Amino acid sequence: MRVEDPDSISKSPDGRPDAEQPAWREQFPIDWPTDDFRSRRDFTKLLGLTSLAFVVGQIWIAFLALKRRTLSAPEREVATLEELPVGGSKVFDYPRAGATCVLTRVGPDRFVAYGQKCTHLSCPVIPRPEKNCLQCPCHDGVFDLATGEPLSGPPRRPLPRLKLEVRGGRVFAAGVEEGVL
Amino acid sequence: MNLPSFARSQRLTIVAGILCFVLILVVLQLWLQTATMESFLSGSDAIVVPAALASIGCLALNFGLLHFFLRKLDR
Repeated sequence: MRVEDPDSISKSPDGRPDAEQPAWREQFPIDWPTDDFRSRRDFTKLLGLTSLAFVVGQIWIAFLALKRRTLSAPEREVATLEELPVGGSKVFDYPRAGATCVLTRVGPDRFVAYGQKCTHLSCPVIPRPEKNCLQCPCHDGVFDLATGEPLSGPPRRPLPRLKLEVRGGRVFAAGVEEGVL
Repeated sequence: MNLPSFARSQRLTIVAGILCFVLILVVLQLWLQTATMESFLSGSDAIVVPAALASIGCLALNFGLLHFFLRKLDR
């Protein structure tokens, strides 16, 4: 059989006629050049779909950022001065059930509150006012009690910090200063 | 646009080049997504929109190259 385009020869790379080919070539008629070409094409298509998936992810993050910006957390009473001595802590849910936060009284008139999920792998952090830090027992991550910034261990991001207001002997949570609860 | 007919070896070179370029763009998008998520979780929204636009630009470039690959080159 005469072939016009040498590129189209694919079944017999040695150039011999089909009758002289070994039996396995008949049983496994792999069209190598076409197969290679198709693999590259399919792989590139897959990369295109992956690229589309990344764009969807970016748009999803932008949507979450917009939602976070428009939704304001309501003000809510979380503790009274009587129930929380200096150095004492209280765990509460804010701004929704399941979003656990921890309030610590660091001085007679000073309170700090942070989201309780460690920014490493979401274990609950424990306040250590005597060491002026919050500690994550899972991987020994340590955060500054005054700022929520990571001091040591695996965490790299600060804890989400709550805005607090003290009025009439009561402590109110009034939103999230920074971070995601 | 009428493209000259490339020999098989030329086509393979072009395909390999397109594939490498698309791969680089996808890795760039991966890096963008990681950096954006990191920034978002840290509480900053400043780079979210520029990163999304850059990612869309990469996608447009990828689709352009794919279009050339599948419709014009791979005939």
